[in-house]
Amino acid sequence: MNQFQYVRATTAKTAIGALVKDPSATFLAGGTNLIDLMKNGVTAPQKLIDINPIPLTEIRKQSNSIYIGALATNTDVADHKLVLQNQPLLSLALNAGASAQLRNVATIGGNMMQRTRCFYFNNPDLPCNKRQPGSGCGALEGYNRMHAIFGASPQCVAVNPSDMSVALAALDATVLISGPKGDRRILFTDFHRLPGDHPEKDNNLMKGELITGIEIPDNAFGKTVHYLKVRDRSSYAFALVSVAAALNIKNNTIKEARLAMGGVAHKPWRLTEAEKALVGKPATEATFKQAAEIAMQGAKGLKYNSFKLKMAPNTIIEALKTASGIA
Amino acid sequence: MSLMEKQNFFDSKAVDGLDRVDGRLKVTGAARYSAEFPIPKLTYGVLVTSTVAGGKIQSIDAKKAEHAPGVLAVISHFNAPQIPGYSEGSNPAKGQTTKGQPLRVFSDDTIYFYGQPVALVVADTLERAQFAAGLVQAQYQKASFQTDFDTNVTAADFPSQAKNRNSNGDYLRGEADAYKNAPVKIEAEYVIPTEVHNPMELQSIIAVWDTADKVTVYDKTQSLKGAQGTIAQAFKIPVENVQVVATYVGGAFGNALRTWPHEIAAVMAAQKVGRPVKVVISREQMFTMVGYRPYTWQKVGLGATADGKLVGISHEAISQTSTYEEFTEGTVNVSKFLYACPNVNTRYKILPLNVSTPTWMRGPGEASGAFALDCAMDELAYQLNLDPIELRLRNHADTDPERNLPWSSKYLKECYQEAADRIGWFKRNPKPRSMKTEDGMLIGYGMGTGSFSAGRSAATASIQMSADGTYTIQCATTDIGPGTATAMVQIASDVLQVPVEKIKFQLGNSSFPKAPSQGGSSTVSTVGSAVTAVCISLKNKLGELAIGQGEAASVKPADLTFANGQISSKDQSIKIAYADVLKKHSLPNLEVTEESKSGEERRKYSFYSFSVHFVEVNVHPATGQVKVKRVVSCADAGKIINHKTAGSQVIGGAIGGIGMALMEEAVIDNRFGRYVNNNLADYHVPVHADIPAIDAVFIDKKDPYINPMGSKGVGEISLIGMAAAVANAVFHATGKRVRDLPITPDKLV
Ligand SMILES: Cc1cc2nc3c(=O)[nH]c(=O)nc-3n(C[C@H](O)[C@H](O)[C@H](O)COP(=O)(O)OP(=O)(O)OC[C@H]3O[C@@H](n4cnc5c(N)ncnc54)[C@H](O)[C@@H]3O)c2cc1C
Ligand code: SF4
Repeated sequence: MNQFQYVRATTAKTAIGALVKDPSATFLAGGTNLIDLMKNGVTAPQKLIDINPIPLTEIRKQSNSIYIGALATNTDVADHKLVLQNQPLLSLALNAGASAQLRNVATIGGNMMQRTRCFYFNNPDLPCNKRQPGSGCGALEGYNRMHAIFGASPQCVAVNPSDMSVALAALDATVLISGPKGDRRILFTDFHRLPGDHPEKDNNLMKGELITGIEIPDNAFGKTVHYLKVRDRSSYAFALVSVAAALNIKNNTIKEARLAMGGVAHKPWRLTEAEKALVGKPATEATFKQAAEIAMQGAKGLKYNSFKLKMAPNTIIEALKTASGIA
Repeated sequence: MSLMEKQNFFDSKAVDGLDRVDGRLKVTGAARYSAEFPIPKLTYGVLVTSTVAGGKIQSIDAKKAEHAPGVLAVISHFNAPQIPGYSEGSNPAKGQTTKGQPLRVFSDDTIYFYGQPVALVVADTLERAQFAAGLVQAQYQKASFQTDFDTNVTAADFPSQAKNRNSNGDYLRGEADAYKNAPVKIEAEYVIPTEVHNPMELQSIIAVWDTADKVTVYDKTQSLKGAQGTIAQAFKIPVENVQVVATYVGGAFGNALRTWPHEIAAVMAAQKVGRPVKVVISREQMFTMVGYRPYTWQKVGLGATADGKLVGISHEAISQTSTYEEFTEGTVNVSKFLYACPNVNTRYKILPLNVSTPTWMRGPGEASGAFALDCAMDELAYQLNLDPIELRLRNHADTDPERNLPWSSKYLKECYQEAADRIGWFKRNPKPRSMKTEDGMLIGYGMGTGSFSAGRSAATASIQMSADGTYTIQCATTDIGPGTATAMVQIASDVLQVPVEKIKFQLGNSSFPKAPSQGGSSTVSTVGSAVTAVCISLKNKLGELAIGQGEAASVKPADLTFANGQISSKDQSIKIAYADVLKKHSLPNLEVTEESKSGEERRKYSFYSFSVHFVEVNVHPATGQVKVKRVVSCADAGKIINHKTAGSQVIGGAIGGIGMALMEEAVIDNRFGRYVNNNLADYHVPVHADIPAIDAVFIDKKDPYINPMGSKGVGEISLIGMAAAVANAVFHATGKRVRDLPITPDKLV
């Protein structure tokens, strides 16, 4: 681990100011991802700006949405009455991630910023375009069992590991950002990027910007939601494939549908075409199968991850069945 | 006076289930593990390891590291002091069971595998040592290397030790490959990937040179005498000048049976910097420095008559080893004796690759072998349309078919019955994919058999009785977790007939009387026998003193009874508390030392422990995720000294077996020759949520011949056969045979 400076910021403004002043600095939230990366030598910031003192832990109801502060912990959000009532899908997704101990300190902002778990990214003596642009993609021809089947580029085939983000993508959340030039909002589905030629960029946050919170619009899905995560063990493992599903069913007809997948792409993979295919149809296994088929269009397997081509549609169908209660 | 062997162990059951004598110390953090000894002037060593899997070290630029704050030395083969023992012979560790040349740390520029130690940075704090280790730059002259098992498998060969013998160590009983002509036959290949022990406690050592030729090491080891001998030989000092302390060991599963390069490096560094050095290896280094269960390919052929009598068993295995040592284990051994069969042939080969040397991992080769054999038995049972238990009963070995000897004891049939009843085996529909839960999960039942040699070797124990009626027993054994001290206190309590609170059992120090390594499920058997012997000897001594010269002199030792801490004679002329015997003779204490070992019985009987594992799984039909719902493990391990600690062993073994079956796999990227998932986030072992309640059952019947307690071993059989049980349950649930472990969801969708 390298030597670094540590400062505490008590307001968003001072945090942003400190980051703008020192391009080699990084925000520290729960530290559950950042510190590991520093220990492994993946990243070596010269300065940590601890943002925990900034009052951004609030969870509150707004007129048409709920607001969650960026520093609210994963546990506090997952257990919050407002979230359980209004956005149970988010709660399910959060609780499917990491372990209780990690969730107790991991924050919402840190969660959406967490970096890929690609083995090559995390081992600095292996090639990785994301860690070191131009060094090559170790995973492309390597052990790519955990990697992407959608939206990958020859430069990078990594997946975004966050469970929470899959739910937020499905729920049409918005990311609230403060920066040196003021505040802005990004639709959650526009927050993360595909690797393209710049896999070093995970998302569209710009240097000096701080995530202050998220907003999730109210919806009519109620409890007709499900987050299904397939993994190698029951807890404390990243998704092989995960699916966030939300349905609004009236008179056995799907009025509205949301679907997003995790573990399959460089960003939470929203399945808008499949959603369209669900709307107006009866909530039956046949409908779900058809949606899953549409969802998988354009999927491409690698040497070790082709199983996802079958696991992903199966998981979509299962998640929809469980959400709609027809299982 | 001869030592009578005690035959009625724990008939009263009075002390069974004793809580761990060191439990409180462990849960409160007061128990001191090797890395935790507060040593004055301690320094910290951090190993730098190779980033290539083959070639030569060209240069090591240590300048930056040497000038970093707090750094005392950067040791590599360029400047390492000559280890005197390295200059002679080919094998500095006498009695090493692994053939070849153990890795000589910092002795030359050859790189054998990725992650090999190339330098040790010593600094005054751990953080400074870690920081400086990151500054060391090694340059390599790369050479080609091989780590891919499949593409190199044709290079596999017989171990050189076997080559000196007849038929390269091949085993043949009756006719070879007889299964091929049997009316019903199966033939299948099985793969077990590399598995890493990964106990909680990282390998650690503190080396302290007390004088120029005397060293004390606080060392994580399962073998005090092994570490002592290896260090003495390496540094050419008398064995008694090496003191090894391992008061507590935080799990090991076999990876602390050998003395590894980091241990020698620490001792060398302490000599060089003239201060104590502590080395705790990192989790990543646990994958390459302290052994692992080798990647193993197996092929099993089974042939049977139409009514399910085995006609032939053929079992072939190839395991990986390093290029510098030939690690071998008993992978194919189970096929020789587990089932009655007239024709059996086995073959065992090893494949040298650019990896570090494997070592024994719980259940060693037998666990790998039993996975293949007992999956094959399940396949055969389905082929025969016979219940898997029925197939095993029809081929039950009433005597040891390999050695042609009677078993010392065997209650395997009772195990099948007990465990099958408990899990409800006979209520299952044996047809694959026929059972479902209400919510659509596929239900599967599977079983597997385990067996492991029930060993007993020589050990010595001493006991000191004080006039205040307390007893201290010492023996140079270790406790890697099974509760050795607890069991020994119970044994002593039962032999001496004094309460457990009065007895202390001290272990973990090489200056105590000699004991073998703690491995191969033989500690209770071996050390327990020594404890029995020394307690009996003490009683005899007390008896002699009690009879004394006075009016009771006519009493014969045989007329004495020892109960409730009192000696009494039949005629009641003697009735005296043990402690009063010492007082009467003005003795402050009484000390006895006794050795105990196996004898003739070893040639007359075949000694094995047996186990059966029954598992119920649920498999998600769409996602392939497997959930173990229930486990019943039943063991024939002879007399159980402590049901609580033995039960914990069985539970731990079952969990290890679930990990082996469903999760564990260390993956090498062959382009770089290195592990890619070398951390506990990516190398999966079961978490609590994966483990159901485990029913650990014992037959608890004495083995009449093995040792005075009648106890066989539990450690290995808890795991051996478990992976097969899980795999067979998955087959029953899904109709899919997964023959390459681990059975991850991708293999079932
Ligand atoms: C073993 C293990 C298993 C895990 N399993 C899972 C899993 O199954 N599913 C899952 O979803 N996650 C999993 N996680 C990841 C975990 O969810 C993340 O580590 C956690 O959410 C990160 O949050 P944090 O607050 O600790 O972030 P930090 O580690 O503090 O920060 C992470 C990054 O975000 C940046 N950052 C933090 N807050 C802000 C902000 N407000 N604005 C701008 N940038 C910010 C930091 O600068 C840093 O770059 C696992 C982690 C571990 C270690
Ligand atoms: S997939 Fe992306 S993160 Fe992984 S090695 Fe390739 S470039 Fe790096």
